[in-house]
Amino acid sequence: MKKLIIGLFISVLPALTLAAGASVPLDNMEPDHANKASLQRGAALFTNYCMGCHSMEYARYKRVSDDLGIPADLYEENLIFTGAKIGELMKNSMNKDMAADWFGAPPPDLTLESRLRGEDWIYSYLRGFYKDESRPLGVNNVVFENVGMPHVMADLQGLCAVEPRIGVDASVDPLSGDVRNGEVCPEWETEGSMSSQEFNSAMYDLTNFMSYMGDPVKLERERLGMFALIFVAIFFIFAYLLNREYWKDIH
Amino acid sequence: MNKLLNWVDDRLPVVDAWNKHIGKYYAPKNFNVWYFFGSLAMLVLVNQLITGIWLTMSYNPTAEGAFASVEYIMRDVQWGWLLRYLHSSGASAFFVVVYCHMFRGLMYGSYKKPRELIWIFGMLIYLILMAEAFMGYLLPWGQMSYWGAQVIVNLFGAIPVIGDDLSLWIRGDYLISGITLNRFFALHVVALPIVLLGLVVLHILALHEVGSNNPDGIDIKKNKDENGNPKDGIPFHPYYTVHDLMGVGVFFFIFFIVVFFFPEGGGLFIEAPNFEPANPLKTPDHIAPVWYFTPFYAMLRAVTVDLFGLDAKFWGVVVMGGAIAILFVLPWLDKSPVRSMRYKGPISKAALTIFVISFVVLGYLGIVPATETRTTVAQILTTFYFLYFILMPFYTRMEKTKPVPERVTG
Repeated sequence: MKKLIIGLFISVLPALTLAAGASVPLDNMEPDHANKASLQRGAALFTNYCMGCHSMEYARYKRVSDDLGIPADLYEENLIFTGAKIGELMKNSMNKDMAADWFGAPPPDLTLESRLRGEDWIYSYLRGFYKDESRPLGVNNVVFENVGMPHVMADLQGLCAVEPRIGVDASVDPLSGDVRNGEVCPEWETEGSMSSQEFNSAMYDLTNFMSYMGDPVKLERERLGMFALIFVAIFFIFAYLLNREYWKDIH
Repeated sequence: MNKLLNWVDDRLPVVDAWNKHIGKYYAPKNFNVWYFFGSLAMLVLVNQLITGIWLTMSYNPTAEGAFASVEYIMRDVQWGWLLRYLHSSGASAFFVVVYCHMFRGLMYGSYKKPRELIWIFGMLIYLILMAEAFMGYLLPWGQMSYWGAQVIVNLFGAIPVIGDDLSLWIRGDYLISGITLNRFFALHVVALPIVLLGLVVLHILALHEVGSNNPDGIDIKKNKDENGNPKDGIPFHPYYTVHDLMGVGVFFFIFFIVVFFFPEGGGLFIEAPNFEPANPLKTPDHIAPVWYFTPFYAMLRAVTVDLFGLDAKFWGVVVMGGAIAILFVLPWLDKSPVRSMRYKGPISKAALTIFVISFVVLGYLGIVPATETRTTVAQILTTFYFLYFILMPFYTRMEKTKPVPERVTG
């Protein structure tokens, strides 16, 4: 019977590894919500490059300012463009109906994007734009085919002339010793103001910020979780001893 | 204090009730680890009720406001994230402990005479629990909430003649809408919990009337001491209250690992598409119900042939309903002279093993997208599922059982 039970648990295990099956290869991104400098840089990038079209309307400026350690007056001065008060939700002034006319679909709210698609997807998508004259905006994306979004960070990254290599590991050719697939973009249409490494790092920050926005309580939750588990473990010791005391005369 | 107790006891039999159900309720002393899950189910029920009440204080049951109000709970309500994760993980935990509890019943024959009614009340609890979970899952008003509900309610449409009108009546609209959300909310927070609590009371009253079964399947009331108490029994309190306290500790340890560190359960407890608001114009690529429904969902999809001029989908619904309905008659299918798997023959052991493996693998198949091979596997396993019950009257009667000891074996 014991074997049967263990067998059952093992047969359930594969189900636990199920993730949203991504059909396109993605680059790996490990978020770090404790890295406040990265989150602050990401917040600046998001506000300057994304927020004109994409709201984060389930979150409040104040929370971001508190969690990221940005003083409220600095935050209001530099990171709120709509004239909203710092306690308000992070909405923008784009009219959704008009936006649907411009892009085919209104730009989605991005508060929960990291939990909907995952950090790997965002990090890959942001670096996945390339030149494609057949598209209305002249660009396409290897991660999100025929996306309606323009390449808003082309001045930073540059515009890749061919499909960028996303989800392909760099390798060293054993004969020549050359590094292959080291760069995301092998051929540029126009160069950007950042080097490839700088842009990767900037997109890491932006993705990290979006990851934080999707789950702002993560650090606090995990910190409290440790205390909760320690409490339960101590509780169990006493429950165990109490149980042993009562049951010692039962045979 | 004693005077107050006497005053109340003269007017309400509280001492009597305490003794009957806790203080002098004699339970077999050989309960093993599988006997923790009944009290754990009660614990999770209380967790769901309390966190649920607090969630309704900030939740907005309208199509316009539901999704945003859940995020409001997650971000702006003090400890709202904890309440919500306790509730969402609690739903999955409920099914984990209930499935373990049901497996215990199957293994030790707890459904057999004289405990048929306990089993039937238990099955009704399971049925109501599924309705409760299904309706609760619509409330966050995410994409999977919406499309999951759409798929399930449309199943009623497969019933001939009345189907379309029936699903229209359930939804209250031509598609899942704010009207559906409102009625599901009412049923989820008021109607079904009342029914559930009533059934739990009946389940326990019926249990305490006939007494608990045990891993040996022995009737402990046959061997009584000079005081008329079963020799193999011990009072529920204090022995099993302190015993269950240990189970509570272990349960909370595992439960808190999920709540605090993996609240989405790897996409099994909260599915990723549910982080996008419901959109009637955009169907997700892959719609899968939450894990605790997937064995039945796999059975539904396994039926692919039209029969007697009726659509395969209808027969899928029949199979799915039959899979649950057949559980109700289980007490009358088992003809074995012994209760516990310990003393049943090898065929019963093999049958239960195959049954459980089929159920678990069907659960997996219900999560992943269907392919031709997977459908074939699901068809075979669905057959196994039903054969476990249909053949039970035969194999339990013909196999040779081991002799059951007089007293419990510990």
